[in-house]
Amino acid sequence: MIKINGENKDLNNLNLMEYLKSCGYKIEVVAVELNGNIVKKADYVNTTLHDGDVVEIVSFVGGG
Amino acid sequence: MKDDKLVIGGKQFNSRFILGSGKFSLKFMQSVIDNAEVEMVTVALRRANIGGQNNILDYIPKNITLLPNTSGARTAEEAVRIARLAREVGCGDFVKLEIIGDSKYLLPNNAETIKATEILSKEGFIVMPYMYPDLYVARDLVSAGASAVMPLAAPIGTNKGLRTKDFIKILVDEIDLPIIVDAGIGRPSEACAAMEMGVSAVMANTAIATAGNVDIMAKAFKNAIIAGREAYLAGTGRVLEGKAEASSPLVGFLED
Repeated sequence: MIKINGENKDLNNLNLMEYLKSCGYKIEVVAVELNGNIVKKADYVNTTLHDGDVVEIVSFVGGG
Repeated sequence: MKDDKLVIGGKQFNSRFILGSGKFSLKFMQSVIDNAEVEMVTVALRRANIGGQNNILDYIPKNITLLPNTSGARTAEEAVRIARLAREVGCGDFVKLEIIGDSKYLLPNNAETIKATEILSKEGFIVMPYMYPDLYVARDLVSAGASAVMPLAAPIGTNKGLRTKDFIKILVDEIDLPIIVDAGIGRPSEACAAMEMGVSAVMANTAIATAGNVDIMAKAFKNAIIAGREAYLAGTGRVLEGKAEASSPLVGFLED
């Protein structure tokens, strides 16, 4: 299981860049945190998500 | 007036109006920004929706400086985490630091705000902390490396106006950083009054987002902020108590 944005997903050994693209995320407008650490955009291609990982994918929304 | 710039973290702005982008339908964003003639717009950071459609960055012109806030943070630690993630999106080093522990009145936690300001300024962020107007806290924020100080006028989203006026004036007089009134301003007249007393800029969101016509209100705020700034630069006329003084000459009447 990999926990992505609060949801447990039945996934393992998943390339981060491929996952983001498969979900339709635009790389230039998101930031990603893996187990509490920021993943630099340049590292998405060589980051593999494993069982037990906690991932946050965030972007900007309206706010004051 | 052309050389009257607002400078925050070394960056110059002609506009002294900062617009919050919350509560707007995205389709109004561009026209509100155009009418407000702002150069800085705040955004918040949240979990991204799968599909990535309707991203707010598609609705904000590229020449606008983005000011990500740390809304949702209850502690310095959470705010630092949000700020770092926001910077990683790739829209610059500005951050509006906002740390709120109280969910009823949404008042900022000044002590946590000082802590986070220190951490983030050391990491190269241009930190603009939202705070409850308190002189000692403002001084600590200066020491912690803040690039501006953003005192509240009234609780967030209330449109109640410049309730903390006397305390903001103390900051204007004593703090050598841009003082930017944030939160609570409901009407252009209140934004104008804040500018008249010498604050460097005004931020508004709810006042415009909840107005009958968002475009006209954005423009009204723009004009009010310019008027207040010009009045401050001009120096307001003196007040006369207990008597009057004719504005017209008192000699040369048509009698005799």
